[in-house]
Amino acid sequence: MNTGYNFAYLDEQTKRMLRRAILKAVAIPGYQVPFGSREMPLPYGWGTGGIQVTAAVIGADDTLKVIDQGADDTTNAVSIRRFFARTTGVATTEKTVDATIIQTRHRIPETPLSDGQIMVYQVPIPEPLRWLEPRETETRKMHALADYGAMHVKLYEDIARYGHIATTYDYPVLVNDRYLMRPSPIPKFDNPKMDHSPALQLFGAGREKRIYAVPPYTSVKSLDFEDHPFEVQRWDQACALCGSTESFLDEVVTDDQGGRMYVCSDSDYCGERQKDQMQ
Amino acid sequence: MNAFAPETGLLPGFSDPVAQSQKTFRAVLEATSRPGTIVSAPALPLAPAPLNPVAAALVLALVDYETPLWLDPACRQPAVVEYLRFHCGCPLVDDPAQAAFALVVDAQTMPPLSAFHLGSDEYPDRSTTLIIQVPNLDGGDNWRLKGPGIRDQAILSAGHLPAAFKSWVQDNHLLFPRGVDLLFAAPAQLAGLPRSTLLEG
Repeated sequence: MNTGYNFAYLDEQTKRMLRRAILKAVAIPGYQVPFGSREMPLPYGWGTGGIQVTAAVIGADDTLKVIDQGADDTTNAVSIRRFFARTTGVATTEKTVDATIIQTRHRIPETPLSDGQIMVYQVPIPEPLRWLEPRETETRKMHALADYGAMHVKLYEDIARYGHIATTYDYPVLVNDRYLMRPSPIPKFDNPKMDHSPALQLFGAGREKRIYAVPPYTSVKSLDFEDHPFEVQRWDQACALCGSTESFLDEVVTDDQGGRMYVCSDSDYCGERQKDQMQ
Repeated sequence: MNAFAPETGLLPGFSDPVAQSQKTFRAVLEATSRPGTIVSAPALPLAPAPLNPVAAALVLALVDYETPLWLDPACRQPAVVEYLRFHCGCPLVDDPAQAAFALVVDAQTMPPLSAFHLGSDEYPDRSTTLIIQVPNLDGGDNWRLKGPGIRDQAILSAGHLPAAFKSWVQDNHLLFPRGVDLLFAAPAQLAGLPRSTLLEG
């Protein structure tokens, strides 16, 4: 552990400011709370929002897991895990069930979350209406009035053009029947896991300076239409390594002859299943 | 640990500010994200009368120069003011509608919740967070709670609150997403009641 920095890198005043924003975010599920994002020792887009949220929440008794696209062993996950191991000395793990805090980029683990766990999502663009209305003053008013017709029109245009809703990740959700929220760029496959999850879910966007949250056991509804209900992705393959037909699969190109295989994106889930099969 | 220290000189804050602030925050986060849950306070600093140690811990962990604090009349004691000015450095305001945090040690004489900052439709997060000191969390009327953070139903029965308090909380919920958020500080425990929680019956 490095001794040259305060615990979890940030100074105490910054942590208090973040903590106050997190508490307000939990009290107003799905609402984006502005906060004073600090410069972090890695560039925007690498999870500065998630890191600041984790730094405000983490304590010496926590066990931290960090995933990037479901994997524990990719550059972003390894660097962030190492950052917190060095600045806090907390235990780290790759096992979903052992973690008290899971910082994630773009996936929710396949293993069901439990009471007392905290999910921290790295968010690039927090505003679900941003590509429909570029003015912050306007989107703020739309949230104030719960005026989300524009998003329904966008989804309807998908149906008119492609015959189905073509949004496959960062699929908009309505939290606690009030606020429209971006779930961060998780595949829509993961959206149902957010609904009434026993874990507390926190979202941090560093460049955009917003924190939002979904408390445990809160309704998170993916937008849809009566005649075009929300559906998640399905594959006709099973995972080539563990044989799972339930998990989110990544397509991996294996040669230049058109060969490819499908494997679980959640490396912990896939590894545990393979270990069980060996016995 | 001595809960109420005598009013002689300035009392110390947290003995380990970094770790105790973090643990206190996590207790508040647990209380806010699971309304009605009674959480044991992880740190009980010496508190100037009439503050109890949990109320003092909450103020030390959350309040600083960015957050104007309102004190109820019973709390406006020189020892408390000195303690807050030294440890938190927060501005003290006379108008509850200006406050980011409010500290209430005698709920019987407090103004209604609508007197505090309720936030705006565009910025509901700017509302007041009230820290209300209560003698216990199981001695009052049983309130049945529903809403985010509660799987089926939760019960909260904070003691020694004014008769109209329940209707204040219900009116506060109707303002959602505007409204104040409540933290109840018992002598060694705390509980939260954010604006998102619905009181039944």
